[in-house]
Amino acid sequence: MTVSSSLDERFRDAAAAEGLLDVAYDLADTPVGTLLVAASGQGLCRISFDPEPEREIDRLAHAFGARVLRASRPLDDVRRQLDEYFDEKRTSFELAVDLSPAADFTRQVLTRLAKVPHGQLTTYGALAKAAGRPRAARAVGTVMNRNPIPIVLPCHRVVGANGDLVGYGGGLDRKRLLLSLEGALLDERT
Amino acid sequence: MKADVSTGHFRRARGQSPRALKPAPQAVPPFERFYEEHREEILRYLRGLLPREAAEDAWQETFLRALRAYSSLRHGRHLRAWVFTIAHRVAIDDVRKRRPQATLPEWAAEDSRPAYAELADLTRDLPPKERVAVVLRYGYDLDYDQIGEVLESSNVAARQAASSGVRRLRKEHR
Repeated sequence: MTVSSSLDERFRDAAAAEGLLDVAYDLADTPVGTLLVAASGQGLCRISFDPEPEREIDRLAHAFGARVLRASRPLDDVRRQLDEYFDEKRTSFELAVDLSPAADFTRQVLTRLAKVPHGQLTTYGALAKAAGRPRAARAVGTVMNRNPIPIVLPCHRVVGANGDLVGYGGGLDRKRLLLSLEGALLDERT
Repeated sequence: MKADVSTGHFRRARGQSPRALKPAPQAVPPFERFYEEHREEILRYLRGLLPREAAEDAWQETFLRALRAYSSLRHGRHLRAWVFTIAHRVAIDDVRKRRPQATLPEWAAEDSRPAYAELADLTRDLPPKERVAVVLRYGYDLDYDQIGEVLESSNVAARQAASSGVRRLRKEHR
């Protein structure tokens, strides 16, 4: 006897509505691929370019608690804002984020990163300086690489001092795509 | 990582530094995994006990209760018996709501014919407790400790209920 999808969804909705979850996650289809998006009671806590939940839910459970469940309702707003962003109808996200598992320095850097505006580039060094650690450009690079909430926390807007794209946790193709979507890259063909 | 040896979540081997603490092999899994592993068999179990709609409500209530209690679990052992226990209690609550005198729900016949379904039919005339013990033992392969938990009694009582159920069946089907 299989659990029908309507019964399954009814349970997932009820679990979320009752506030019983440490983390709700769902998938979101975007031009940069299917993303896994997750929210705690405090806010958005994860966007992963790897949409395979098997690998992600253990990490989420470890960081936020074992009550991790796929549930679409709590992610409705996140999905809507992502859609608007990719449709070029939104240039900033209005979403609470939960960075509670991050170390202090990481949180400081990510909080500064959140203020880098749509379509503008900054450098690892400038971000280090803004976070009060001017010599920590390399450490900032590491923080970018492990950014738990890419796209919304726009690590794709951070490039090397010479304008080199350097790297991206989701792969350089995605970084290029996000930056051209925002009009931040000069079309290389012209 | 904080070492909380008392909860049994982490085991410390002799001479290891706290850094080397490893999660116990039976850590509580993310709820999603627990849910996916047990949702089908719990629905089957409840469908054996209750009419369709009541079974589906009881199924949802079972997993909501499990979720409410999930943070207080200290390890991931016996999760299967644990969720069967919850399901059984939810079913009893449901039956009592409708028939205040009832102690255990009676098993309904099943649509499909795997072992637990054959057993549901075969055991129809057994006393309720023996029937639950026989079906959980031979239909779902729970051990007597687990069945004891479901029946809220000891493993000895569970074993007795199952064996007297089996004896009764032998007599009836001779």
